[in-house]
Amino acid sequence: MADLKELKEGDAIPELRVTPDKYLPHRYAGASGDFNPIHIDPEFAKAVGLPGNILHGLWMMAQVARGNAQLADGDPRALKRLSVQFRGMGFPEQELVVTGTVREAGDGRVLIDTVAAQGENQVIRNAQAELGAG
Amino acid sequence: MPVKTDAIGKQWPATTYEVGAEKIREFADAIGAANPVHREHEAAKSAGFRDLVAPPMFCVVYSARAMGPAILDPDIGINLAAMLHGSQEFEWDEPVCDGDVIETATTCREIYEKDGKGFYVFETVSTNQDGGQTVKGTWTNIVRGV
Repeated sequence: MADLKELKEGDAIPELRVTPDKYLPHRYAGASGDFNPIHIDPEFAKAVGLPGNILHGLWMMAQVARGNAQLADGDPRALKRLSVQFRGMGFPEQELVVTGTVREAGDGRVLIDTVAAQGENQVIRNAQAELGAG
Repeated sequence: MPVKTDAIGKQWPATTYEVGAEKIREFADAIGAANPVHREHEAAKSAGFRDLVAPPMFCVVYSARAMGPAILDPDIGINLAAMLHGSQEFEWDEPVCDGDVIETATTCREIYEKDGKGFYVFETVSTNQDGGQTVKGTWTNIVRGV
């Protein structure tokens, strides 16, 4: 893993790839307390016009957080701020890829622009993470 | 129908959440946070934490509870069936550990209309039992067809 201090503007962060299995939305619903049926019930989701049950946006945000925090070996103190825009629906059993580029680095503080996508479908755009030491 | 903006500035009573080790482990498993500081008391302590520590995004567990009354408040008037989670920001400060008691207060910061959609912006501020701020959240919900 890269040392935060060695990151410089324009550096790509290591990709994070994760494929949520069919029942991941159920486990995340239990863990988070968000039991909205659009996330866990394919029939309900279809009845309200969706292609199927969709991933929780905040689970996808957690993958963006993880993709950035891996720069600091997953140290929970490293992530100081994260902002995201939810711009697409994510689906179980499709690989989610988190990519990012360093926008600014200096004084032990790093700003990273991040995107999360399933294929061409950018589910999280304009995400910005701030990492810091300590 | 224009959005109602009277409730900008409204605050809701703080909610309380008691953090437990198994809930931290369950959440860490669900998001794939692999660092042992989220699973083992000793690993967390030797890394300098007071006790088993939650991943940063665990804040959704204790602060989402505080958002419920705001989103359902008739003064705000959100049509839940047409609501989308548009954007989200968290700013973290004190780590959250097993045994912490977190209070979260919610404020309505902005309500406005743009391109036929209603934008509802809420802020949550969470503090631990020692008065340390753990996270500030900015939640933007979008309602289609207002």
